[in-house]
Amino acid sequence: MANSVINRSTLALERAGIRRRYPATTGIGKTGFWFISLAGYFFLWAPIVLLVVFSFNDARTVNSWHGFTFKWYENILTGAAGGEASFATDLMLSSLGNSLFVGFAATFISTLLGTMVALSLARGNYPGKRYIEGLLLLPVIIPEITQGVSLAMFFKIVFDFIEQSSGTRALPGFGTIIIGHVVFNISYVAVVVRARLADMNPRLEEAANDLGANGWQTFWRITFPLMIPGILAGALLAFTLSLDDFVVTFFLSGIGTTTLPVFVYGLLKVSVTPDINAISTLMLIISTVLIGISLLLQNRSLGRS
Amino acid sequence: MALWLTTLRRKHNELLLSVPALLWLVIFFIAPALLIIVISVMTRGSGGNPELPFTLDHYQRTFGVFSTVLQRSVWIAFLTTFICLLVGYPLALFIRTRQNPSMRRFALFLIILPFWTNFLVRTYAWQMLLGREGIINNFMLSLGLITEPLQLLNTEFAVLLGLVYGFLPFMVLPIYASVERFDFRYVEAAQDLGANYWHTFWRVMLPMTLPGVLAGCVLVFIPAIGAFVTPDLLGGRDGFMIGNLIQSQFRGTGNLPLGAAVSVVMLSLVIVPLFAYIRSGGEK
Repeated sequence: MANSVINRSTLALERAGIRRRYPATTGIGKTGFWFISLAGYFFLWAPIVLLVVFSFNDARTVNSWHGFTFKWYENILTGAAGGEASFATDLMLSSLGNSLFVGFAATFISTLLGTMVALSLARGNYPGKRYIEGLLLLPVIIPEITQGVSLAMFFKIVFDFIEQSSGTRALPGFGTIIIGHVVFNISYVAVVVRARLADMNPRLEEAANDLGANGWQTFWRITFPLMIPGILAGALLAFTLSLDDFVVTFFLSGIGTTTLPVFVYGLLKVSVTPDINAISTLMLIISTVLIGISLLLQNRSLGRS
Repeated sequence: MALWLTTLRRKHNELLLSVPALLWLVIFFIAPALLIIVISVMTRGSGGNPELPFTLDHYQRTFGVFSTVLQRSVWIAFLTTFICLLVGYPLALFIRTRQNPSMRRFALFLIILPFWTNFLVRTYAWQMLLGREGIINNFMLSLGLITEPLQLLNTEFAVLLGLVYGFLPFMVLPIYASVERFDFRYVEAAQDLGANYWHTFWRVMLPMTLPGVLAGCVLVFIPAIGAFVTPDLLGGRDGFMIGNLIQSQFRGTGNLPLGAAVSVVMLSLVIVPLFAYIRSGGEK
């Protein structure tokens, strides 16, 4: 009723040639609105832009511009500057290797588990489904520090118990980090894959069934190929989150299993140098590319519906 | 009969598919969370390890000696949420009111991208800006606005800035989701009926986009109260928050049961708004 009145009044306005008005697009409101919005964007992007700009600054300090250089990139990649500007290139590269290893392992496990649970939630209709959905949301919401700390304590007690009963001492390291990453990655993969499944045309599966395919055939010939963009997008997201994670990794890493963010954190605690700007820029580029691809894949799957 | 059997098997199969993920989360997420509650009421033994007998000492200390840290964290988290709301709502509206769809997508993309990039790196950017010899101080000195560098880093203000910066997208995205569904003809109707700008906003727009606002507030408040990296890098002693307190009990000869007790208190500070939000009928 109210809607039809509004519809009619809008139509009348449009017929009279009056353009739609949005709130805050008139007078003082408009200026203030633009100001806050542009200030918001500036606030979000200025620090990132400055960080990148100063990675090309030809000076040891990070406070004023002294001309363009690539030397900090050269320094972190080859340790070239030597002397007073020495940089632990070996340590950085081995942490990068650790990060990639952890990232691949955590992505593999979480993509497998996340895709399965997404299928289960999208297709199943069983009691308690709501609780599974709720449980999946928790690792995304609960602060990382509580996850890191509680898992660290959990492993400590499990390892103590193993030592007492078998005499061998297990140590935190790749295993513990990967387990911790999978916990939060499952949720992200599940959300992305489920969105893809929800978009899919159910008639395709029905048609396969009508044409005599059994459940297994329908899944592997129809459902799974259609899910692939969603699975890839979820996996890329998981990989990025894993590469970028600091807090959980910080509490779960042991000796020799430092990942790149933990290594960078160690540098930050000592001092602010253009080397860090160079590493940070490279890390930003990597996550931006990975996320860009993931978003494109998700968008394409959304675009189909 | 056969149909009934296949239906049952299908239902069963679907539940089975969620079992591996469920097991993973129960063992490595729920069990550790419960374990931490048990540890929090144990005595501190040698090397900071938990021992029997049970005690409530750590909770007493958390609410006693450390109450200033608790209060500061809650206060900072509230302010962060409030500022994010003040900036985030207009931003969401700004994105929604772009007429050109590709412009709208781009405006949204500019919010989403920082949200997915490395949090540590983004916090470092502020460390670089706010330092005594940082870009901001240097810039203001060269303009003659100040005569000596301001203490910006290692303050509560720096933490607040870093948190608003880090969590602003968490506010913008849910509000945008609400505003996107909002039918702007209601605004025209309100204005046709004589409401001015403020009335239109307070009586029509805000109530109808409230679910997004509430979701945004919960999504900002929770990580803000649990922040560790931001206060650690930007806060120094003046910006010491619960996250730092927990971490300090886990390094060197810390006090694990005390760390556990503080974690439980933090977890309850997180769970309360979350459940309040779910009870109030929030979706997503």
